[in-house]
Amino acid sequence: MVYLTRKIEFSASHLYHNPAFSAEENRRVFGKCNNPHGHGHNYVLEVTVAGDPDPATGMVLDLKELKEILQREVTDRMDHRFLNYEVPELAGQIPTCENIAAVIWQLLEPKITHGHLNRVRLYETPDLFVDCYGDGNGAHLRAGKAR
Amino acid sequence: MKIHLSRRYRFSASHRLHSAQLGEEENRRVYGKCNNPYGHGHNYVVEVAVSGPVDQATGMIANLTDLDAFVESEVIEPFDHKYLNEEVTEFRKNVPTAENICIEIFNRLRRFPRARLERVRVEETGLNSFEYAGETAGATHER
Repeated sequence: MVYLTRKIEFSASHLYHNPAFSAEENRRVFGKCNNPHGHGHNYVLEVTVAGDPDPATGMVLDLKELKEILQREVTDRMDHRFLNYEVPELAGQIPTCENIAAVIWQLLEPKITHGHLNRVRLYETPDLFVDCYGDGNGAHLRAGKAR
Repeated sequence: MKIHLSRRYRFSASHRLHSAQLGEEENRRVYGKCNNPYGHGHNYVVEVAVSGPVDQATGMIANLTDLDAFVESEVIEPFDHKYLNEEVTEFRKNVPTAENICIEIFNRLRRFPRARLERVRVEETGLNSFEYAGETAGATHER
């Protein structure tokens, strides 16, 4: 098994606000992320695909194909967007790093047809990131076993 | 799907690598310049990974305010700008190698009440890093 990782960046704005909370509760729970005008980040996304290299090409999957999938599924949807209002997949959710990473996993997982999606790592800042694993993979990785 | 949230923190501290179980010459041989009796320091980076269900109301595994406050009180405040060998009780008996620092930080942070600690990664320099996920690989300790 080989793990191949590709990185992309996108920039987007968001705010944290739960309509079920009072204004005061929103401020207490979300702090400055509750600023009604929103704020933005340069997100860095690392996508890891696991698989065995094709003996004919030496590739787990064609990087050009992965690049196009990431462009279509992530960049086109999220880059220079206000995530709360412009990304339907996030409608009704607080666009935290956790929820954005989970949406990206769900968008990418069915599109990866050579090898399989192993990990989605989304950096909101260099000091804050979220990792998504499939249900099986995380346990295997944490146990240090090869799949 | 399984989700881990990771956050990076920093502290600066000094240490000396010297084992009471080894003789003077052997300490010098094993630890080299890290055995310098006056100690030396590093800018450490600590990467903390936690997991748990994403709260529907907040979209969060854990509120970063809570995680930051816990790491600050358990690790940063007791370690930052300290001489680890003398000022952190555990390192009076264990050599404060980055391995032992990583394990000690994990043991302190596993008590975080709002999410499950998955892993601690310590960068001693930009070229060395160490990871510890507990002896049970995060499988059995309770939230």
